Amino acid sequence: MSEVLVVVEATREFGVKKVTLELLTLARELGTPAAVVLGGPGAAAALGDKLGEYGAEKIYAAEHEEIDGYLVAPKATVLAELVRRVQPAAVLLAASQEGKEIAARLAVKLDNGVLTDVVGLAADGTATQVAFAGSTIVTSKVTRGLPLVALRPNSVTPSPAAATPTVEQLDVALGGADKLARVVERVAEQKGSRPELTEASVVVSGGRGVGNADNFKLVEELADLLGGAVGASRAAVDSGFYPHQFQVGQTGKTVSPQLYVALGISGAIQHRAGMQTSKTIVAVNKDAEAPIFELADFGVVGDLFKVVPQAAEEIRKRR
Amino acid sequence: MNIVVLVKQVPDSGADRNLRSDDNTVDRGSANNVINEMDEYAIEEALRIKEAHGGEVTVLTMGPEKAAESIRKALSMGPDKAVHVLDDALHGSCAVATSKVLAAALGQLGADLVLCGAESTDGRVQVMPHMLAERLGIAALTGARKLTVDGDNLTVERQTEEGYEVVAAATPAVVSVWDTINEPRYPSFKGIMAAKKKPVQTLSLAELGIGADEVGLAGATSTVLAHSRRPERSGGERFTDDGSGGTRLVEFLATEKFV
Ligand SMILES: Cc1cc2nc3c(=O)[nH]c(=O)nc-3n(C[C@H](O)[C@H](O)[C@H](O)COP(=O)(O)OP(=O)(O)OC[C@H]3O[C@@H](n4cnc5c(N)ncnc54)[C@H](O)[C@@H]3O)c2cc1C
Repeated sequence: MSEVLVVVEATREFGVKKVTLELLTLARELGTPAAVVLGGPGAAAALGDKLGEYGAEKIYAAEHEEIDGYLVAPKATVLAELVRRVQPAAVLLAASQEGKEIAARLAVKLDNGVLTDVVGLAADGTATQVAFAGSTIVTSKVTRGLPLVALRPNSVTPSPAAATPTVEQLDVALGGADKLARVVERVAEQKGSRPELTEASVVVSGGRGVGNADNFKLVEELADLLGGAVGASRAAVDSGFYPHQFQVGQTGKTVSPQLYVALGISGAIQHRAGMQTSKTIVAVNKDAEAPIFELADFGVVGDLFKVVPQAAEEIRKRR
Repeated sequence: MNIVVLVKQVPDSGADRNLRSDDNTVDRGSANNVINEMDEYAIEEALRIKEAHGGEVTVLTMGPEKAAESIRKALSMGPDKAVHVLDDALHGSCAVATSKVLAAALGQLGADLVLCGAESTDGRVQVMPHMLAERLGIAALTGARKLTVDGDNLTVERQTEEGYEVVAAATPAVVSVWDTINEPRYPSFKGIMAAKKKPVQTLSLAELGIGADEVGLAGATSTVLAHSRRPERSGGERFTDDGSGGTRLVEFLATEKFV
């Protein structure tokens, strides 16, 4: 069986990202999963066990300071070289900003079609995508080249299937064009132990109704009790209640958790764009006419400042 | 500095949007078409750079006849001129082909700085800046929330999942901007009047040296096989708080095994 290349995403703090495990799970349906680690020296060693646990038969490791020292172009160059050599059955990436950007460059380098924000992929390469704020389902296919697909996090349930990967070091030969966008500084901002927003299985979001930045503690508290990430509506972000990186919606992150809790959010179409495909939706809003209730599997019409503390207390009691 | 801003006309994201039933492309006919919101931030940034450092701002659009409305709207904010890549053969072009066309146009315009929105509200694909940079052999700094221009040197601050990054490149470069970068100006009455007289050049595929078979549905590198409306979610149980709303909420979460 041909190899299916999975481009690995990892964080220093949590190691291999969940979406990569989803990709490995998916890759097993399409061929022999081969993980590609692109990073600084020593990047692959720390990730090998986890990648093997989820079925990577092989790990291609491209490790070089310059891979981390410049934006995506070096990664695309190494990957294009690898694709030309091993002729994989497919290349799978995460539909993160970086995953999509690597895919973009790869598509041009290989003159190959690319599909992003894919939520399902069949063995014959037919992809499912959700378009227009979650209102439309599209099936599509790459018609030139191999399936080059960026998968939206939380689309596949990762399942382990132990393998013992062999590791192959890749040569990193970069040209001038790969080294034009230099990373000057990377600043990690403290965000505690909460899961990453797009990967979390529970997301608790606050809107304008939360009232101010201080009150977002209520949203955070409920998120922590449910083991979830915190999100925010654009109105909450624009009002300075919560940082932009946590915005959910049309111009923010798209999330698709098992549970989405909307607190003081009206449910505008642009907000729905980012959360409509969540499995279960719960809302608290004092306005019975708020459109968010049209989506909610369970809604409480009431004041969030009464409902949320009581809910938090009840969860603690049940522990 | 010679700045080119990429502007895309998209169906309004606040209204119902559809794909066409005949060829599965975006239905632009029945939609209310507007400038892609994020592109307005790119136009604003371009104007601010021109105001601080001098130069010229050109709007570049690829799109059907109708896109001319969005070009005028963009010009009313203040750019000097526009180029409209207009050719019937472009209908249904994929991202890879679109980047080929835009790169050819940018080559003719000789831009020092190409500014664009981080993504469009219709496709949300985020691939264009890097596709263009790859084709033109220039740098791409994407998702800027802050852009500093110092002579030929560009510095961008961009949000990442773990915090933020500072990235730098020399011109020529493509920079895509997020909606946190500035607050776009409203066109003034004077600006709207002036826009009517600003030059808009149209370019055909032939003038760009690209064959009709390389673009459009015929030259697409991917295809939409089918599309359907996602079943509407139907609202479930709604409980009007009588003092036990929080408890009821947790009861629901417990039945769904979330607590
Ligand atoms: C191009 C474009 C892109 C956009 N992108 C996004 C996006 O990415 N994400 C996004 O979220 N929005 C986006 N928007 C904005 C969107 O249209 C809405 O304005 C926004 O989602 C509203 O946020 P909200 O629900 O928090 O605020 P509001 O609409 O003001 O709703 C606040 C809600 O809180 C309720 N409330 C108030 N007090 C309480 C209380 N004490 N207890 C319970 N409920 C209370 C109110 O009843 C109300 O329903 C976009 C708009 C445009 C035009």
